[in-house]
Amino acid sequence: MSQKVLLNSKEVNITLHRLACQLIENHDDFSETVLIGIQPRGKYLADRLAKILSEDYKIKNIQLGHLDITFFRDDFRRGDKPLEANTTIIDFIVEDKNVVFIDDVLYTGRSIRSALTAIQSFGRPKDIELLTLIDRRFSRHLPIQPNYKGRQVDAIDNQKVKVKWVENEGEDAVYLVDK
Amino acid sequence: MSELSVNHLLGIKYLTKQDINLIFETADQFKEVINRPIKKVPSLRDITIANLFFENSTRTKLSFELAEKRLSADVINFSASQSSVKKGETLIDTVNNILSMKVDMVVMRHPNPGAGVFLSKHVNASIINAGDGAHEHPTQALLDSYSIREKLGTVKGKNVVIVGDILHSRVALSNIYALQLLGANVMVCGPKTLLPKYIKDLGVKVETNLKKALEWCDVANMLRVQNERMDISYFPSTREYTQQFGVNKELLDSLDKEIVIMHPGPINRGVEITSDVADSKQAIILNQVENGVAVRMAVIYLLASKIKQ
Repeated sequence: MSQKVLLNSKEVNITLHRLACQLIENHDDFSETVLIGIQPRGKYLADRLAKILSEDYKIKNIQLGHLDITFFRDDFRRGDKPLEANTTIIDFIVEDKNVVFIDDVLYTGRSIRSALTAIQSFGRPKDIELLTLIDRRFSRHLPIQPNYKGRQVDAIDNQKVKVKWVENEGEDAVYLVDK
Repeated sequence: MSELSVNHLLGIKYLTKQDINLIFETADQFKEVINRPIKKVPSLRDITIANLFFENSTRTKLSFELAEKRLSADVINFSASQSSVKKGETLIDTVNNILSMKVDMVVMRHPNPGAGVFLSKHVNASIINAGDGAHEHPTQALLDSYSIREKLGTVKGKNVVIVGDILHSRVALSNIYALQLLGANVMVCGPKTLLPKYIKDLGVKVETNLKKALEWCDVANMLRVQNERMDISYFPSTREYTQQFGVNKELLDSLDKEIVIMHPGPINRGVEITSDVADSKQAIILNQVENGVAVRMAVIYLLASKIKQ
C-alpha cells in the first residue's frame, strides 16, 4: 500500500487559516451563522476552524455543533460494515440561521445529502453552505459542490484520501492512499 | 463497530454484555433523536414490521409502535382477540399468513413461554419477544437497566432489589439476567409464596423483609401484583400485601439514604407504591417510559441492519 502526501502539517495550517478568512468575508461576526461539523470526521475540522476563528480572529460567540448522519444515510443494510452512530450536539437554534456544513472530504456527495435531510429535524435554516478540506472532483454521485474548499484532488476510485488530525492521530496531514 | 451477536431478540439469556452495551450506545443516539423538533429518521423506510399481540398490552404495544414509526418502518398491527386465532388457526399459520405480506420483522407478545423461540425456528423473519408468558420480557429489562445507567451512571456494582410477584413475572427474570450481565448485585423480595423455589440458583439474594431489602439496595424495582395470573390465593389480602411489601413515603424517609424507585407499569397506586412515592423525585417511572422508546428503536435498528437485502 503506497501513500503520497497531499498536504503536510504546515500546508494544513495555512489552508485552515485561508478557509477561516473566507468564512469571515461571507459571515462577518457570525451572529447569524452556525458551524456544523459532520460526524465522524468533519468534527475535527469544524473544531479547528472554530478555534482559529475565536482565538486568532477574535470572533466572539461562535456557535458550533456536531451532526451525526448515520440514521439518515441511504446505505443502511447495503454496506459490508454495520453503520456506527455518533453523537449529535446541536444546542442552539438553526431556524433562519446561515448554516455552514463542515466535512473533511467531499467524495460522492451522499453524506452531505444525508446531512441536508438530518438538519431539517432541527428547523429550517435560512441557507446552507458547504466547507470541505478536500474536494475529490469528478467522483460525485449527486449534484453537490462545496462553497469553500481547501484543496481539489483528482483521484481514482481505488484510492482513498485520508485526513489525519493531531487530536486523534497525532499529526495534521492529508494523504492519498492506494487501497 | 460490532454488531449484535443474534438475529432475534428472544430473551436477555441469549445476549452478551457487548450486545447490551451496543444497544445502550445506540439508544443514547436515539434518545437525542426523539428530543428533536422532528423525531423521525428514515433508516427503516424499506422495512415492514408486524406487531403480533396474542395477549393484551397497552404500553409495550404503544412503545414498540412509536419506535417503529420513528424509524420510518411500515407497521401492521394484529391482536388475537379480533383474529382467526379465535377460529382455531395455529401460531405458525397465523404468522406465515402475515409474513406472506412481505413482513421483515415480527414483534410478538404471547401468553405461552417459549413462543418466540418456537417461532424463530419456523419462520424466516427477525423476531422480537415482547413478553412470552412468565418467561422473558427482554426489552423491558433493557430499558430498566438503561434507566439505572442513566440515573446512577453505571449498573456495575449497584444493588438492585426486585420487589413483589417474582413467581409470575417475566420482567423479574429478564431483569435478573440483564442486571447480572452488567455487573449489578440483585436481590428479590416478596412473599414466600411468590418467590420461585429455585430462585437462589440464579445467583440472587432472597429477602422477605422489605425494610431490610431497601436498606441494602440502591434501586428498588417494584413489580405489579398480577392478579390476572394468580390461580390461587398467594397472600391473604391486598391490604396485607401492601402493609408488608408496599413502599410508602414514611418507609422511604425512615431509610438513611435515597434510593431510586422503578416500576414497569401499570402501577396499582396504593398497592405496590403509594401515589406520593410514584410521583416523587426518587421515582424514575416516566423516564423508564421515555427510555423504552429509545431502547426499542435501538433494538429494532440493530436487528434490521442484519436483515439481508
